[in-house]
Amino acid sequence: MPYIPNTDDDRRIMLDRVGAKNIDDLFTPIPENLRVKRPLNLPEPLSEMELVREIEAISIKNRSDLVIFAGGGVYDHFIPAAVDTIINRPEFVTAYTPYQAEVAQGTLQVIYEFQTHICRLTGMDVANASMYDGASAAAEAVHLVLARTKRNRIIISETISPLFREVIKTYLSGQNAEIVIIPQSGGVTDFNRLKDAITGQTAGVLLAQPNFLGMLEDIEAAAEMIHKAGGYLIATADPIAAALLKTPAACGADIVIGEGQPLGIPLNFGGPLLGFFAVKKELVRSIPGRLAARTLDEEGKTGFVLTLQTREQHIRRDKATSNICTNQALCATTATVYLSLMGKTGLKKVALLSMDKTHRVADMLSAIPGYAPYFKGSFIRELAVKTPVPAKEVVEKAIDKYGVLPGIDLGRYYPGLTDGLLITVTEKRTDEEIELLVKALREL
Amino acid sequence: MNFPSELKYTAEHEWVKVEGKVAAVGVTEYAQGELGDVVFVELPAVGTVVKAMQPFGTIEAVKAVSELFSPVSGKVVEINAELENDPMAVNRDPYGGGWMIKIEMNDPGELDKLLPVSEYRKLVE
Repeated sequence: MPYIPNTDDDRRIMLDRVGAKNIDDLFTPIPENLRVKRPLNLPEPLSEMELVREIEAISIKNRSDLVIFAGGGVYDHFIPAAVDTIINRPEFVTAYTPYQAEVAQGTLQVIYEFQTHICRLTGMDVANASMYDGASAAAEAVHLVLARTKRNRIIISETISPLFREVIKTYLSGQNAEIVIIPQSGGVTDFNRLKDAITGQTAGVLLAQPNFLGMLEDIEAAAEMIHKAGGYLIATADPIAAALLKTPAACGADIVIGEGQPLGIPLNFGGPLLGFFAVKKELVRSIPGRLAARTLDEEGKTGFVLTLQTREQHIRRDKATSNICTNQALCATTATVYLSLMGKTGLKKVALLSMDKTHRVADMLSAIPGYAPYFKGSFIRELAVKTPVPAKEVVEKAIDKYGVLPGIDLGRYYPGLTDGLLITVTEKRTDEEIELLVKALREL
Repeated sequence: MNFPSELKYTAEHEWVKVEGKVAAVGVTEYAQGELGDVVFVELPAVGTVVKAMQPFGTIEAVKAVSELFSPVSGKVVEINAELENDPMAVNRDPYGGGWMIKIEMNDPGELDKLLPVSEYRKLVE
């Protein structure tokens, strides 16, 4: 816990500076009748020692001891100690998204490097400075294609993250947009239904690679279908799996978005996360958020700037597809440091190790009566397994009796898949931990 | 300022040059001067249907972005692809190399609603 001084003198100086006599003076802009006159109903102040004791009593309720085989968009990959050491340098940890941009050359350079990493990973031409998380990046991508095509239908596969779908629905509420959900069939998007759903009013199709159920989708076929109808293909990418797969750009995606948490960001009880957003060059002027660029100054020296800002944020705010003016600065820095340390080879090793272990677990579980891979097809480091009893029970018992979080109960998101357990195995899982998972599932 | 007398104008500072059923469209010398250095012109795809006095694209200068309005209704039959590499042609040669789109007109009668040079000159001077 950091110590943040706030002395009587500090308060006096701040009040004097703004011309207030006391703290209550600061509230005078609020009409008298709206102000609370009584003391707030809060517990008495605690001493530092009492406070530490109370917070520790709360935090101990977290099960940070569990062995994690759950993914679903947020993954327990190893984070080298150097990542934390570098990002905790005060220049990085305090740097918010740049507002007086050009004086913050270091921050701009990190953003530029982040964008470069994302472009290399996805094969796309341009990436922005990052977004809040994969879900909001997906929603911004949907906004972009609706505005760009001036069409009102967006097609979303049921196999993209159900949480992404919720966020997209929220972003689109109040707009005249029609969301069409294409159901899964055999763990992948039902392409017959997809084909039928694409009309001349379809702005775009959103698919995930790999999808939420762990399976690989035929992105190229989907891109061809939607391009014929004059719409755009949005693909979500998993940055670890991307190290092994053909790039989304090569598969014909026009916009690639995704969750960057696997790149050195801890699980953090579900956040903060990191969205990335990349497009083909023709869409660069419709991209939401900030964009750092490298240029030369008057003396021919390399420098960094925020570029293409007239588009969205300053002059044409009313016409913009997005008014987002921020980025996820510290998490983007984290991903940049992680990728720089791992390099192309390291990232590929993480992906291969995770894939190898996930496939081994699939084989081991298939040998237990009642368990089997839920779907036939290709997967990387996550797969749905059929369970002999509802997956919800499997999860609860494995946590209580074995200290293992065995996966995600798919019934939470897919009513037809209550006997589906979504398992991921990252490079961090040891042979002993894998044995423990198998033992837990066998004995339940 | 140069406003060729054979052209027709809009109050939004576009010009039209008519050749048969086809109208070439660009922005006036006054418009390019007000905008300053043009860095990007976003044009519609060939085949797009445009309506009189509705936006057909955008023009982006260093400090401003404006909509481009179509003086007449019809179908875009040609666009000036050169502007993608050389947007400042709009500044150098607004009535020549800076042209933007050619529209096959639905109703040449719409031309009567546009401003002759004398009236456009009054508007900007």
